[in-house]
Amino acid sequence: MLQYLRTSSPAVLAALGQHVVLALLPVLIGLAVALPVGYLAHRFRWLYPPLLTISSVLYAVPSLALFVVLPVILGTQTLDPLNIVVALSVYTVALLVRTVVDGLASVPPAVTAAATAVGFRPLGLLLRVELPIAVPVILAGLRVATVSNVSLVSVGALLGVGGLGALFTDGLQRDYLAPIITGIVLSVLLALVLDSVIVGVQRVLTPWSRVGER
Amino acid sequence: MSVLTDVAAFLAAGSNWQPENPDGITARLLEHLQYTGIALAIATAIAIPVGLFIGHTGRFAFIAINAGNAGRALPTLGLLSLVVILVGIGLVPVIVALVVLAIPPLLTSTYAGLQSVDRATVDAARGQGMRERQVLLRTEVPIALPILMSGIRNATLQVVATATVAAYVALGGFGRFLIDGLAVRDYAQVVAGAVLVAALAIVLDLLLAGVQRLVVSPGVSGRALTRTTPRKVSP
Amino acid sequence: MTPRPTRRAALVGALATAALALSACGGSNALTPQATSASAAPADTIVIGSANFPENVLLAQMYAAALTAKGVKVSTKLSIGSRETYIPALQDGSIDLLPEYNGNLLSYFSKTPKATDPQGVYAELKAALPPELAVLEQAPAEDKDTLTVTKETAAKYSLTSIADLSGKSANLVLGAGPEFKSRRAGLVGLKDVYGLTFKQFKPLDTGGPLTISALKGGQIDVANVFSTDSAIVTNGFVALTDPKNVFLAQNVVPLITAKKVSPTITSTLNALSAKLTTDVLTAEVKKVQVDKQDPATVADAWVKANLG
Repeated sequence: MLQYLRTSSPAVLAALGQHVVLALLPVLIGLAVALPVGYLAHRFRWLYPPLLTISSVLYAVPSLALFVVLPVILGTQTLDPLNIVVALSVYTVALLVRTVVDGLASVPPAVTAAATAVGFRPLGLLLRVELPIAVPVILAGLRVATVSNVSLVSVGALLGVGGLGALFTDGLQRDYLAPIITGIVLSVLLALVLDSVIVGVQRVLTPWSRVGER
Repeated sequence: MSVLTDVAAFLAAGSNWQPENPDGITARLLEHLQYTGIALAIATAIAIPVGLFIGHTGRFAFIAINAGNAGRALPTLGLLSLVVILVGIGLVPVIVALVVLAIPPLLTSTYAGLQSVDRATVDAARGQGMRERQVLLRTEVPIALPILMSGIRNATLQVVATATVAAYVALGGFGRFLIDGLAVRDYAQVVAGAVLVAALAIVLDLLLAGVQRLVVSPGVSGRALTRTTPRKVSP
Repeated sequence: MTPRPTRRAALVGALATAALALSACGGSNALTPQATSASAAPADTIVIGSANFPENVLLAQMYAAALTAKGVKVSTKLSIGSRETYIPALQDGSIDLLPEYNGNLLSYFSKTPKATDPQGVYAELKAALPPELAVLEQAPAEDKDTLTVTKETAAKYSLTSIADLSGKSANLVLGAGPEFKSRRAGLVGLKDVYGLTFKQFKPLDTGGPLTISALKGGQIDVANVFSTDSAIVTNGFVALTDPKNVFLAQNVVPLITAKKVSPTITSTLNALSAKLTTDVLTAEVKKVQVDKQDPATVADAWVKANLG
């Protein structure tokens, strides 16, 4: 184990770096897409049931299949990390649209009514009243999406682009536990770190939720 | 159009559906269902009792809350590779990886379901003289069922989609179409495999939705309201 | 949390699935290499790829180490997959250079290869390659596909060569990488040349741990294993001879995109190939596979010691 870490740390660090990018980029893209889509589904309720079904179906498509088929759909290069990023963004959107809608729905009608009464226009209402109140629910979804992305990136290793997943295929190929354990530990640690970051962001964004604690 | 036609041809080919064909869709479907079924059964047997205990007693709640995220963070592929090296190829590594995948949503939803039960309702049940066991099974579980079932459906969806990795370690299931198609760059086979997996996931979800309608009391799901209203109007 | 599906929901689901399949179809033209010729890496960088097994990864690292030593800028994308995956990657510009095996590479581009000896295969390969690809000088080192059985199976069916399987193969399960099923140097050739059909074909991995583990565990009787694999000696397996040459010569040869060939690259890799014998390769592979050393480190050390 130590011997492995000593000799292979450059490869491990490179894999970790790729893993971070491949896991995080889709979260940001997914959030950017899910917010407007979720808002539309919140405003126009008839959009919600079909959106939910589509997201469930997308979620049921195996990640491996999506990774393989995307180059054909997008016209990207076979080994383009973009394939992984797009696939994971799709999953993130599928997961987050629902949370965004749930989050916006969690805003008490009395609050919206009061905000309208004091003169908020729709955009101001959304950005300064509804979204802040929805933050805890949306970020809860974001935590799930981020953590699952960290785990899913590794599957890309079956196609040569998989961050820490490369350690799993390498370990299996050489009947060697050290890279596999290293990969699992780093993957879990990465997930926990990113998760804590989101929790921290939530604390900053929702100072009122801590008032009761004091 | 070639890929679409090829996918259709693959899915329509009679030989692919013959039960005797070990590489056919029927055989792969049964394998896929086998992995999914065993994994879900084991995960349910572990997660639901634990979730009920934690939810009912309120003890060790941090386990239920954190198991969700920690479990999700475990990469399935890594776990699978690890167990393959430890015990060799076979059913065990795949089942272990899928059980670990299924436990977090089951555990979290069982716990969340019980948490959603109004404390006043639980007190009322105790006040009527129910024993703890009865409080749990006759009051808390029926009210928690919608959330619990959503956890079961969520776990099923994930397990069905992820059972494809079985093919990576030489087992069968629909993942075979993905891995074999990938190895020879036969996109039609890959897409057909993905369509089959998604279709299976949808079918199982619909079945579970039906089960949910059957087992969830109309009083809990809210359907009782719509059903009783007309009766009140008519004499 | 999860939606409550209705019949309408199911319909939408079916439509979405169809849409996925449709869009997969719409873009199928993108499969042709010309459609995606844009190169991801800077023009002066050589991107080295490899197949998904340890020996090939090691060879790729050797190429990388040797070229870096001569001042060529390299980057690596290793463990890509099987030949059916990495050749398109080479053609679409995702990678530029890759360690290959002359016989299997020839079989990929030619349906009916005639030559079986190293020089003949090399000559035929050069003629069969598409114009955008080129091979440099091949190494004496060979890593042949073999059909390998356990000592017990060899004794039970008295097997020393693939021809001995005749009349017995219908009782035996063959395990190999998924691509073995449709390759000429695979099930197709075994049937055409030796008239062999097996009881069952079990798709495993390309001469990797799954194959070895399945052979050891008795889940398969005959395995496609590479001749340099340390597992043959370690487990006392019997690699069957191939008198009718279904498996062609398999000399290690650098495959490169034609527009990336330069005098430095050619001279460096030719010098490397000249030093690479089967014994050297087997010994270096053992360091990675059995002694669990880091491929990059092994490659660096070998290049320093032999090409310094």
